[in-house]
Amino acid sequence: MTDYKNLKLIATSNPHIRGSETTRSIMLDVIIAMLPALAFAIFNFGLRALTLTAVSVVGCIFWEWLYRKLMKKPQSIGDLSCVVTGMLLAFVCPVQMPYWMILIGDFFAIIVVKQLFGGIGKNFLNPALAGRAVLLASYAGTMTSWVDPAAGKAPIIGSMADVVTTATPLAVMKTGDFAALTGTYNVGNMFIGQIPGSLGEVSALALLIGGAYLIWRKVINWQTPVSYIATVAVLTFLFPKQGSGVEWMLYSVFGGGLFLGAFFMATDYATSPVTKKGQLIFGIGCGLFTVLIRYFGSYNEGVCYSIMVMNLLVALIDKYTKPTRFGVVKSDKKEAAAK
Amino acid sequence: MAQAFFGGVHPHDMKAATNEKAIEQLAPPAEVVIPMSMHFGAPCTPLVKVGDHVKVGQKIGEFRGLGAPIHASVSGTVKAVEPRPYSMGGNMTSVIIENDFQDELSEEVQAPANPDALTVDEMVEIVKNAGIVGMGGATFPTHVKISGGIGKVDTVIINGAECEPYITGDHRTMLERPEEIIGGATYLARMFGVDKVVIGVEDNKRNGIDAMNKVIAEKKAPVVVEALRCRYPQGGEKQLCQAITGKQVPPGGLPSNIGCAVFNINTTCAIFRAITEGMPVVRKIVTVSGSGIIEPKNIECPIGTPVSCLLDACGGVKDGTYKLIAGGPMMGMAQYTADIPVAKGTGAILAFCEKEEQTVEHPQCIRCGKCVAACPVHLEPLFMYQYAEKGMVDELNEAHIMDCMECGACSYTCPARMHLTHMFKTGKQLVKNKMAADKAAAEAKKAAEEKKEAVNK
Repeated sequence: MTDYKNLKLIATSNPHIRGSETTRSIMLDVIIAMLPALAFAIFNFGLRALTLTAVSVVGCIFWEWLYRKLMKKPQSIGDLSCVVTGMLLAFVCPVQMPYWMILIGDFFAIIVVKQLFGGIGKNFLNPALAGRAVLLASYAGTMTSWVDPAAGKAPIIGSMADVVTTATPLAVMKTGDFAALTGTYNVGNMFIGQIPGSLGEVSALALLIGGAYLIWRKVINWQTPVSYIATVAVLTFLFPKQGSGVEWMLYSVFGGGLFLGAFFMATDYATSPVTKKGQLIFGIGCGLFTVLIRYFGSYNEGVCYSIMVMNLLVALIDKYTKPTRFGVVKSDKKEAAAK
Repeated sequence: MAQAFFGGVHPHDMKAATNEKAIEQLAPPAEVVIPMSMHFGAPCTPLVKVGDHVKVGQKIGEFRGLGAPIHASVSGTVKAVEPRPYSMGGNMTSVIIENDFQDELSEEVQAPANPDALTVDEMVEIVKNAGIVGMGGATFPTHVKISGGIGKVDTVIINGAECEPYITGDHRTMLERPEEIIGGATYLARMFGVDKVVIGVEDNKRNGIDAMNKVIAEKKAPVVVEALRCRYPQGGEKQLCQAITGKQVPPGGLPSNIGCAVFNINTTCAIFRAITEGMPVVRKIVTVSGSGIIEPKNIECPIGTPVSCLLDACGGVKDGTYKLIAGGPMMGMAQYTADIPVAKGTGAILAFCEKEEQTVEHPQCIRCGKCVAACPVHLEPLFMYQYAEKGMVDELNEAHIMDCMECGACSYTCPARMHLTHMFKTGKQLVKNKMAADKAAAEAKKAAEEKKEAVNK
């Protein structure tokens, strides 16, 4: 028989069992969900898409490791969130940008935006988007020239002098001739992603597959991406600047970084509301600012800034979308208000 | 059928280890340790002293105020009346009875001549004298629930959800003693004057539902069985009311506020035995399970049986057992010793030796909001955690921390492995302390003013 006196028992608070999901498994799911878009980027832009992403990931891991080491804090690279940031930052950059440049973006994303505010879960801006915003402000020329995937691939190393660059569909829609654009790229090209643009944003199809995977795995809720994309779709359908509503809407939705932003950026846990109602409002706000920036701003793309603006409003949205207290039904509330 | 409540989680039910094993009777233990607190309320006063001879069913503890009496579960001699460890943590005055293995029944146990002719008051009195409390674990005195609910309650619910993983005692009772459940439910219907009693059962116990439906059809009993979605905490009183009636119990309220009264399956059986046989609560069905148990079983044993006897009956525990839990894995209490007795609310004894407990060294909230989606009482655990961590008592109160029922769903679902439930227990204590301090300060101020006025006069 067992000697029960010598059992080494741990007495902790309930619950005594835990679900299987961990921060690391969630981040791994996000990484898996980004692989279709990465594969398409390699197909579209060449192997440089892979090397640039790899450099960015290594950069993010290095900066996070270095900061935690210097500050004598427990290491956190094991949760894989810095890998996600590294991939996302590469996804929102043009493929021909120099490797050293993305390391600067990594530095800003990981150290300034994430670690200085306390690490994972504490940052109030999406690190990858903030990194991109800094790069765009610092190296506007490089950050706004786009390789034409139809004309050739960017070399993995060496001079970019021979690379043919072109305008993105959104740039054409902002200033150019919409009819010419529809001649160059049909709706199928737009959806599949055979267009110039940031490394990981071009293929709506690949991003949709990844997004569906995340929703199926319950990593993200459908509220944010659906409300975001739907808002952009409705506004562009109602107010087309050129061409018919449907056509303008499809090019607006598939062009630019909307799918990447809706599924992977706006759903970032740390910088989005915690309730489903809040996420719905957040998505609508992102959609609204995206269209406003595209229509009236000086940039032709508004996804990055719209999400960052909404990031700043998260605390406010959380405050006003608290769940109704259990046991307080709507009729009671009305009675209380009447009194 | 609504059958839904907000949130919740769906842990693996782990019931396969014991749900096909019939309830076994434990070989009588050599001694029993009966704690004087096995109910919600102040502890009982012992009525016996060292050397007294007691018989099964004899009253040995009398309650004051809110509570229920306590009875001897074996016949024999009182060996000691002293503080002993018990399952709620710490020590409690307990009556230790040395078993004489005679199993003599006390003269106090008298079956009513005609149970069906009893008045409502007489039935409530029987329930009170039988020491019946909520056997699901909350241990609220049943006679108080009944007398407080008569006239207000139109929906009587029998809680057969058994939503905690591992536990199968209620399930086995449904299969082996359905006539006791239906009989008890019929008496409850008479006491409350309702024409229908609802038994809510999670749909992972289909054969239990069938067994009860068979008895209902035979006896034409005023009882219906409703299958419920399998989701923790379906068996929470407020969640069960919500699933069956669609109504929510108001904050700080009781199910009777929305016309409901909820009784556990084994409480119902105890009511049946008390009314038909006059038998008080002296036995308890305990599921002994978990990765650390060599041979998991459902065991019926006298109240006060040392847990070590139960473990022995199941072949002992495996090497490396690091956790012993009285109750289920979601809401049960971890024990620091196996030296505790089975009480009226002990539905399970679990021993863990594998990686059930998953902790990380530096948990960091990632704000995923899964705790908000899981909280069945609509709280926002991630914010409450921050307030509690920083000791922000007013904010805690405004976040309705006192509504938290410590079900553990948030901690279970948390991917960052935050110690949410633990923190809320601390946080609730902070709020209670602050309320007490505020009240004391207000009273002191009032007293000072009165004194001043008296002086001025």
